Parts: sequence; C-alpha cells; structure tokens
Amino acid sequence: MEFQFQFDWQAAVNAIPFLAKGIPYTLMISFGGLAIGFALGILFGLLSINKKWFLRWPAITYIEIFRGTPILVQVLFIFYGLPDLVGRPIDPLTAGIAAIALNSGAYISEVVRGGVQSIDRGQTEAGLSLGLSRSQTFWSIIWPQAFRRMIPPLGNQAIVSIKDTSLFSVIGVGELVRQGQVYIANTFTAFEVYFVVALMYLAITLTLSLLLRLLERRGVASI
Amino acid sequence: MTQIVKMKGMNKYFGKLHVLKNIDLTVEQGEVVVIIGASGSGKSTLIRCVNGLEEYESGTLHVDNQALAPNAGNQASLAKIRKEVGMVFQQFNLFPHLTVKKNIMLAPIKVKNASQVIANATAERLLERVGIGNQANKYPGQLSGGQQQRVAIARALAMEPKLMLFDEPTSALDPEMIGEVLDVMRELAKEGMTMMVVTHEMGFAREVADRVIYIHEGKIVEEGSPADVFDNPQNERTQAFLSRVLAH
Repeated sequence: MEFQFQFDWQAAVNAIPFLAKGIPYTLMISFGGLAIGFALGILFGLLSINKKWFLRWPAITYIEIFRGTPILVQVLFIFYGLPDLVGRPIDPLTAGIAAIALNSGAYISEVVRGGVQSIDRGQTEAGLSLGLSRSQTFWSIIWPQAFRRMIPPLGNQAIVSIKDTSLFSVIGVGELVRQGQVYIANTFTAFEVYFVVALMYLAITLTLSLLLRLLERRGVASI
Repeated sequence: MTQIVKMKGMNKYFGKLHVLKNIDLTVEQGEVVVIIGASGSGKSTLIRCVNGLEEYESGTLHVDNQALAPNAGNQASLAKIRKEVGMVFQQFNLFPHLTVKKNIMLAPIKVKNASQVIANATAERLLERVGIGNQANKYPGQLSGGQQQRVAIARALAMEPKLMLFDEPTSALDPEMIGEVLDVMRELAKEGMTMMVVTHEMGFAREVADRVIYIHEGKIVEEGSPADVFDNPQNERTQAFLSRVLAH
C-alpha cells in the first residue's frame, strides 16, 4: 500500500478565518489573567518577604500551591469544582482568566521576590539614612531598580501563560486550540490546522518578545 | 558646648558576639572625631548605631538630644534623628536609576517637602561645592569612584544635617581618587561640620581630627588629640596597631 501525505495549503488558508476567531479569546484570557496575576504577584511577592510571619506564611502557602499543582488541574477545579462551592456555574472565560491569574500570580510572586531581594542592602540603608520612611525607600529606590531586573522573567512568564491558555480547550473556551478542534471535527485536516494554530501562537509570542526587548533596552540604558 | 552624640554604657551583640563593649562617647557640636581600629573591631558598627542602621542591646544613646532606645524599631524617633544625621558609605550607595542631580534632590523633596525648584537649586549648589557641577545629569555609573563618593557627600549635605557620619569613605576608591574625597571632607570640617569618621587614612586623621579614638575588639582603648594618640599612645594595643599601619 502506498502512503503519501501532501500538505494541503488551501485547507490551511481556508481554516484561518475560523481559527482567527479564537485569537481574541486567547489574548483576553492571557492578558486579562496576566494583568491580575501581576497584581497578585506584587502583593504576594512582597508579603512573602515580609518580616511578620502571619503575612509571610499565607503568601508562601498560596505560591507553593499554585506553583506546585498543574494549571490543567487548577482550571478544571475552578470550572467544575468551584461551582459546587459557590452554588452557581462559572463561565469558561472567567474560569480561564482566573486560572491564568492565580497560576501566573504565584510565579510572578517569585519573580518579584527575586527582583527585590537582588537589590543591594546598601540602597535601603542609603534611603533610610537620608530620612526616607521604609515605604518611601521601597517605592522610590528599591522598586524601580527591582522592576527593571524583573522584565526578562516577567516576559518569560507572559509567554508561558499565553501558551497555557491552550489547555483551556478542555473547558470549552473558544480559544485557538478549541477553534482548531472544532474545525478539524468537520474537515479532518489536523496537520494543516494545528500548523496554523502553532503559527498563530508564534505570532503572538514573537510580537511580545520583540516589545519586551525594546522595553528592556530602554530600561537598561539609564542604569 | 552642645553635645550632638552621647553614648553611655552601650553594648551591642551580633548573636553571641559582643561587638561593642560598654561604649562611652560624646561628640560636641563642631567636633571632628576620627575612629580608627583594625577590621572587625566594631568601629563601623559604632557609627551605624548613631543613625539606627544597627540596633544596640543595652546602655543609652542620645543624638541631638533625642533618645534612641535600645532595640528601637521605633520608626518615629528614628526618622527624626535620620533627618539630622547624614551618612556616607564605603560603597557610595548612590541610586543607579537616578541622575546625579536627582540623587541629591530625592530626600529634600520626599522628606522635607522641598519644592522642585528649591531642591534643584540646592543640588546644583552642592555639586558645585564638591567640584562636579558639570556632571549633574549623568548617571552614577558614568562617574569615577571619587566623583561618586563626592556626589554621595553632596546627597547627605542636601538634608542640612547637624552631624555627618563617614563609614570608611575612601576604602573602596582607587588610590589616585582618595585625595579628592578627603579634600571635600577637610573643607567640611573647616566649615564647622560635626563629623564622625571611620577611616584608615591616618594622615587625614592626624590633620583634621579634633579627637582620635582607637577601638579594639569593641572597646575604646585609647582616646585623645591626634598628637596624643599618634605620637604618644598609652595602650599597648594602640601602639601595636599604629606600628603596623604607620610602618609603611
């Protein structure tokens, strides 16, 4: 029996409009989740290095739980499990954003902690010795320097989170992969469709990488 | 005379290590006190207690008539004292993300609510005074070590402190840059600034100090005018230390 596979360009091109409908969802879940995750990361990252144990412990607990369990389990738990607790269904988009937020928040907490702790203690001492309060010292001296060092790992996390949204096809959000699955169910052109899906992810992540590089260059120039 | 710093029976521990032992020391207004001693003798720790960067365990410490209690996490009184006390560090500790001028303007604006215009004028005047008026818009990383340390001095002076602490201000500098920093300090002393200086520059100590203090293993073992301490040390520890550092 002879087997011959030929990449069907036409099938790939035909799939684009349908697949592209998934892009807004992928972007919404990624960046919506990352925006909240960034806020969570700052909050819990700073709490995790607080001197007071009753602030530090809850933060570390949160970080370890969401870093130590698979994001797939997290989103399944939020989508299928949590409604039992709150007594009403949670829509897939909300569940997806929540999963990215909580998951990236845990990783970003560690990025924040690392960034802040990497700043020399002498900077804090200089600020305090000038009469600045602890919070003034932190926000006008430590944070701006720490944030610059955080840009590369933050970009890394953003790219990871964008790709993580592909898992949310399991809860039926119409993101890129889900759109692909639906399309393939009708056309059986798996190779072409997933190829296009992959390219679409790549377009998003490469754009982000480029923007981050520009941002980083501008940040570093003044140090 | 007004006493700016008054230490009585101060003790400080790092865990089990007894780093400051029963320190009694007063610094009068306008006085330049130079503290010498071997590495690890506690001299840096001593001046870091004065602005609360280090806590101490027992005894009393008054700075500008305000008590700084042992184990003081007391932010209110600390902030008050720190406004009056400038500090210059061995590693400069300039803020690398701010221009030289912004480094100097930060504290007056944040702490004293000075206007941009006033803070700017103060910064320019001080940079002129330490001889680097033309570097105002550069970043610290673009300056030489000696220039950076002079910026650090200007930054501390911008708060118009009553007392300046110098923690080995020239120890991280290349030899050819030590002079320019000592010159600025010499000027300051001449203008009547109260100073506590930890240094290994014995020539500077001899020339500028009103009083020299030698610390050995956390204890003040010798104290007096530069002539007394350098030319006629009483304690054998001081004699041994001086013969080591003055030999070359």
